[in-house]
Amino acid sequence: MADIAHDMPVAAQAPPPRSSGLAGWLRANLFNGVTNTILTLLCVALIAVAVPPVIRWGLVDAIWSAPNGKSCHGGGACWAFIGEKFRFIVFGFFPANETWRPASVVGIFVLMIVAACDRRLWGRRLAMLWVVGLCAVFALMRGGALGLSKVETAMWSGLPLTLILAVVGMLFGFPLGILLALGRRSRLPAVRAICVGYIELVRGVPLITMLFMASLMLPLFLPAGFTIDKLVRAQVAFILFAGAYLAEVVRGGLQAIPRGQIEAADSLGLSYIQRTRLIVLPQALAMVIPPLVNTFIGIFKDTALVIVISLFDLLTTAETALSDVNWQGFYIEAYVFVGVIYWSFCFFMSRYSQLLEREFDRGKRR
Amino acid sequence: MSDAAASPPIVPAAVIELQAVHKWYGEFHVLRDINLQVGKGEKVVVCGPSGSGKSTMIRCINRLEEHQQGRITVAGIELNADLKNIDAVRREVGMVFQQFNLFPHLTVLQNLTLAPIWVRKLPKKEAEETARYYLERVRIPDQADKYPGQLSGGQQQRVAIARSLCMKPEIMLFDEPTSALDPEMIKEVLDVMTELAHEGMTMVCVTHEMGFARTVADMMVFMDRGEIIERAPPKDFFSNPQNERTRAFLSQILAH
Repeated sequence: MADIAHDMPVAAQAPPPRSSGLAGWLRANLFNGVTNTILTLLCVALIAVAVPPVIRWGLVDAIWSAPNGKSCHGGGACWAFIGEKFRFIVFGFFPANETWRPASVVGIFVLMIVAACDRRLWGRRLAMLWVVGLCAVFALMRGGALGLSKVETAMWSGLPLTLILAVVGMLFGFPLGILLALGRRSRLPAVRAICVGYIELVRGVPLITMLFMASLMLPLFLPAGFTIDKLVRAQVAFILFAGAYLAEVVRGGLQAIPRGQIEAADSLGLSYIQRTRLIVLPQALAMVIPPLVNTFIGIFKDTALVIVISLFDLLTTAETALSDVNWQGFYIEAYVFVGVIYWSFCFFMSRYSQLLEREFDRGKRR
Repeated sequence: MSDAAASPPIVPAAVIELQAVHKWYGEFHVLRDINLQVGKGEKVVVCGPSGSGKSTMIRCINRLEEHQQGRITVAGIELNADLKNIDAVRREVGMVFQQFNLFPHLTVLQNLTLAPIWVRKLPKKEAEETARYYLERVRIPDQADKYPGQLSGGQQQRVAIARSLCMKPEIMLFDEPTSALDPEMIKEVLDVMTELAHEGMTMVCVTHEMGFARTVADMMVFMDRGEIIERAPPKDFFSNPQNERTRAFLSQILAH
């Protein structure tokens, strides 16, 4: 005869109380065991050593306003330098009396990016917003119409230039990457060969080389008197470069799609394009969000390389500001300032990728 | 080749017709001289040991696999390299897979309406009405807004059946529809399939569910090593198998 463990059904019970409160949390997370206690103490010591000097330099001893660089050398940071050079670092050589234009451009970019976070706007409306936004960016920067004075692309610099290169590079590089990834998996040998050749060639060459080629070699092949704007050439180089890298990330996602998904789509009579758009890509891209965003962040920071063809991105305008004879030696301040700007955009991208991951994870949640 | 395979029964108005079909995977001869006719409304159950080519054969019927020799005609359309023909056949043939193959990023309702909207070009509202009707039919009307991952295996397979039915196919292919299911879920799927059979759907099922085969099949087909070894109505097939290999297979599968 079988043992009967309970002769009556076990009634549902409340879960045991969680160990809560600050003390409980501390014990559970920081002091649970000898090793963790030692590590905790070491970390506390490290923070105690490192943080106060940074605060003293950056806040307590900092000089917030000064007539010139000479009177700004104390023990702390000279934020007066940033105050003095803010407009130049952020907007570069754009005519000073037109500063509202690049400032609006930065505002438009931030607006477009924030709008992309709103789930309700996804789809046609967001696409429309971005098209309008990019047109507005171009119109504001270039001028020459609507009563705006024309500003040559050589004057475009600082943060707007960095944002334009990065955002347009990603926006066009991404679809290019998807096409290349699909082409690399094509059944047609010629398409496959072209895509593999392209990806391997571009990936195998440093971005600096591509920028040089776009800037120095391309004009040699063009008919005399025919020129392409330098910024356009750099932008194209960026798109081509981003495409090659993104292609390999996307391909990783494509390869992870089970064969059964494709068979199911085929058996329902979906065409190749429908199958790719509705079944394969949504799943493949959702799977590779972390490496995609990784690549996007890389591309964003790679824009700093355009200095090799003397385009003045955000980092370069900061370095240029440092060469003012009246304000010399404020390297840390300049790099911290620029670093914070770069970091905020990259951090935003990272957060955005987490939002996307949560959004696309719904199907897997039980 | 055995005598039983040499003389296929004559079926009037065959909707599926395979004539001398051969297929190789590299050097490996997976399908050898397959001749099969399925009439309108007929139910054919295909069985055989694993690796015998049963799945390959039914996957040739909607061109998920390509045959290299012979002729396959489905609903009057010949399957050849012409992509238009392949699309036309796939519109008429529904398929249910062992692994369900639902689209995990879409809700149940979206799974069901996707092909009607994009392939049949139905308005969304109409596609959703059809979808809800078939969800009712497979007895899961209240799961329309869930994702496939939130359903049990049996429910997923019933959604997969409903997804195929939403395309209003003439023919349904089942490729081991219950093999990936826990035992207690097999019945709910077989019940749906039995109901479908009673309504006159033309069906080709690869399955080892012999109880289902007995009640539903008009014709049993036994395959081994890429050949059709024996075909017979289920009564004769189970009580009086002609071929030695059929007998061996049946004794194994019915022994427990």
